[in-house]
Amino acid sequence: MPLVYAGVCSHAPGITGRKHLADPEVSDAFYAAFDDMRSDLETSGAEAVIVIAAEHFANFFMNNMPSFAIGMADFYDGPIEDSGWLGIDKFKAPGNRDLSQRLIAEVMQTVDVAYAEEWLFDHGIAVPLHFLTPQFDLPVIPVNINCQGPPLTPLHRAWAFGEALGRAADAVPEKIAIIGTGGISHWPATPDSGRINYEWDLDFMDRWCRNDRDALLDYDDLNVYADAGQGGFEIRTFMAVSAAAGGAQGTVHFCEPIPIFAVSCTVASYDLSPQEA
Amino acid sequence: MQKFLYELNRSPQLQSDYAADRHAVLQPYTLTDEEVAALTEPDVGKLYVLGVNGQILMHFAALHQIEWQDYLQQMRDGVESYGPVREGVYAMTGYEGTRAHSESLGQEGGI
Repeated sequence: MPLVYAGVCSHAPGITGRKHLADPEVSDAFYAAFDDMRSDLETSGAEAVIVIAAEHFANFFMNNMPSFAIGMADFYDGPIEDSGWLGIDKFKAPGNRDLSQRLIAEVMQTVDVAYAEEWLFDHGIAVPLHFLTPQFDLPVIPVNINCQGPPLTPLHRAWAFGEALGRAADAVPEKIAIIGTGGISHWPATPDSGRINYEWDLDFMDRWCRNDRDALLDYDDLNVYADAGQGGFEIRTFMAVSAAAGGAQGTVHFCEPIPIFAVSCTVASYDLSPQEA
Repeated sequence: MQKFLYELNRSPQLQSDYAADRHAVLQPYTLTDEEVAALTEPDVGKLYVLGVNGQILMHFAALHQIEWQDYLQQMRDGVESYGPVREGVYAMTGYEGTRAHSESLGQEGGI
């Protein structure tokens, strides 16, 4: 059935691992936005959540790097990072192998995708789940778009993948939520960590809210790298949600730079209610 | 080099073996003397300059109990000491350092 929830959020490891170093006036508002996102997700009645992440070499490496991958297991362990470093205890998140198989089969009608029966969640999925399903009581369908090791899939292919995910959600009887996670501009884990191009972020989120395909595809990796850092490559995850949401209009609930988290911390969602003709 | 760090990050057993004998665990890998030295000292700044992706390197730093700000500084010191990043995504379009990024973005400060 049609998607019941579509949104995006940040996933930087500092959000949980370095929370004590942030200005609480800003970070508390961000955490409150995450709480609202959890509430919206619960209200949607979602029976499973697709999390489109930009995985960080926890499972996929340059010896065999898929552009797109979808998890197909009943459970996923995480986080792969040291729990003390990330601020998240070890967990076992539920999956749904049968649902994954059906979604993958539908996606494969238009987009070639790798599947993975083993997947260790890193911060890209663990941080959002920490806030959105803290009891790990909602099956997760992990999805990865390679945003780390070039050559990266072109943006229009990430868009096509998002459309395929939307069609796949339509084709199954379960109520599916979809959440993209990543940074906008950021230079994570580099000497420039903490630098944020907030103006660029706001412009990107404006395009995202308008769900303007042409404007969203009007980037290339060279100018993203120059203006938004290598972390900016993760816009693919946000754009895939735009495509999956099929023209829905979005709202930014929170978008503020928190340098110690290395990113403009963001929570946004699309209005999926039926539109009048 | 990155393959070793990728496997180290995933494997508690390899982490134990690395703690016991840093040189022995590197035997199966094809590495230059410079890479072996950087991995065993460890020299985070050199590893960054040699092209290790930060998403891999930050876990190696955490394994060595290097605090976040110290990790960032060691990479900056590496660029200062050894020159620009030689390979990988940070060298793809020429890593020009924090100062150049600051100027290009017209922003002050940074972490």
